[in-house]
Amino acid sequence: MRTLVFTAFVAALTAAACGGSEKPAPAPDAPVSNPVDPATAGAVSGKVTFMGTPPPSETISMSSDPRCMNAGAKTETVMVSGDGSLQNVFVYVKDGLGALKFPVPATPLVLDQKGCQYRPHVFGVQAGQTIEILNSDATLHNIHAWPQANQEFNVGQALQGMKDTHVFTTQEVMVPFRCDVHRWMNSFVGVVAHPFFAVTGADGAFQLKGLPPGTYTLEAWHEKFGTKTASVTIGAKESKDVAFTFSG
Amino acid sequence: MLLHLFALLTAAATAVLIFAGGLVTSTGSGLSVPDWPNSYGWFMFTFPIENWVGGIFYEHSHRLIASTVGFLILVLAFWLWRAEPRRWVRRLGFIALGAVITQGMLGGITVLWYLPDPISIAHASLAQIVFCLTAAIALVTSPGWRRCYVARDGADLSAGSGREAARQPALPGRLAARADVAKADDRTLQRVARVTLAVIYVQIVVGATMRHTDAGLAIPDFPWMFGHLIPDHWDPKIAVHFAHRVGALCVTAMLLATTGHVFAHHRRRLELLRPSILLLVLVTVQITLGALTILSRKEFIINSLHVVTGACVLVTTLVLTLRAHRARFADALVPAGGAAGARLAAGPDHSDAAAGARA
Repeated sequence: MRTLVFTAFVAALTAAACGGSEKPAPAPDAPVSNPVDPATAGAVSGKVTFMGTPPPSETISMSSDPRCMNAGAKTETVMVSGDGSLQNVFVYVKDGLGALKFPVPATPLVLDQKGCQYRPHVFGVQAGQTIEILNSDATLHNIHAWPQANQEFNVGQALQGMKDTHVFTTQEVMVPFRCDVHRWMNSFVGVVAHPFFAVTGADGAFQLKGLPPGTYTLEAWHEKFGTKTASVTIGAKESKDVAFTFSG
Repeated sequence: MLLHLFALLTAAATAVLIFAGGLVTSTGSGLSVPDWPNSYGWFMFTFPIENWVGGIFYEHSHRLIASTVGFLILVLAFWLWRAEPRRWVRRLGFIALGAVITQGMLGGITVLWYLPDPISIAHASLAQIVFCLTAAIALVTSPGWRRCYVARDGADLSAGSGREAARQPALPGRLAARADVAKADDRTLQRVARVTLAVIYVQIVVGATMRHTDAGLAIPDFPWMFGHLIPDHWDPKIAVHFAHRVGALCVTAMLLATTGHVFAHHRRRLELLRPSILLLVLVTVQITLGALTILSRKEFIINSLHVVTGACVLVTTLVLTLRAHRARFADALVPAGGAAGARLAAGPDHSDAAAGARA
């Protein structure tokens, strides 16, 4: 009897340890095809500018890790060109797509750590799309993301060439990334449920292509200057321009 | 004596550990080593030194110092178990060991769970308890404690201040001994010291809450608060920060009350006078460091010194409190007339007898 009880106890422990009560994995979602008719799809393009005197970029002191080998690197928080074009602004369709579902790109997006800086500094992915995190440096990094709606994670990459992947499943603008080894390293990813997003380059320009006709709320997000929204209506095969202006 | 020196070393190492922990929080390095107990997959003690870069330097050093302190406390507990005749002191060693193990677990959990505020605050608060325990062991194993702060030649160190003693008429033998016992067993001092100790600990917990909820600059100016005596707007962070500033005033008032009582009534008792003087110095330094922490926008060395000085204020108050209670311990001596060996307490110290049997 004692042996029987012991065996049952061990079996219960083993089942608990191995997740014996774990539910079967849910069936994968059915593949989604693009609901937008290319014959009627329109586009929104535009430019983001900054009014006023922008704060200067600061030189990053990387003396705490000589292996960073990126002397003279500057912060990328505020990057304004001579004509006022504002870089690293995440522009996306915040509202107006209703319940449309879009296929998730199979190609992963690469977030590289090079010269002890994240490349790119601001980027976007579709919810469910894989992010491949790469360490191109001859030093250690930890990749620490602390979203609100998605799962927080913190992984270490001790060796050059190491790769990790991560998938954010829920829309969230923006998810911050940080390296706690090199406190100056940070990056932001906009996770959205559709493919209509862009990040401004040095010319401040953005373009959202393949939008179905309709009225949309666009939002432009900047790390330091916050957000701006604009409403735009596009007809079949129509292209509209939208301008966003931030000020300090 | 060797045991006492070892306990002192352990307490000093614990203070260093608290400073190292302060550096980890002040530099935001708590998650720079994402795994635990390993470091980037390496066994903690074989993690290559060339990889101690950036935030890893602070976090990994903290782990190594913590391991050293854990080892020292383990040795201390074992040593006390083997050599200490007083049962309650032996128990103190095991309590310290349990506390430092719990402390290590909290440190690991807070890393693996991405620094949740309650765990981080508990980690910071328990660190102070560990420091108090090691300091208490160092104190009660000291020669001064063992001879009840009676000088080696038998002179009474527990009488009142010189002027006060001069005013007192000479009392015959047994009466004089009773008066000195009353002096050594000053209930008012004991009460005020206990309250001060509790207020300081609460203040440290509020400080830890402020640090770990990132409220250190929630009120950005000093000595004013948003330009006023009282903040003109509130949110939870401002409330925590404000509570810490009010706490600083309470601690200062309580310390002035305690040390003032010592200066007024026990000026000749060096075992009380010395920690009292030290406390006044420490609390002045601590308030200065608190102000500088804000004015320097949380410069990490200043911020960490503020943490460890706070711990020193707590431990010095603990020493003063325990010494004020010395006459109430079971192995207390009659403090007058060099009557070494005579018991103040009515009952025998069973623990000593038991330890004698063990020896």
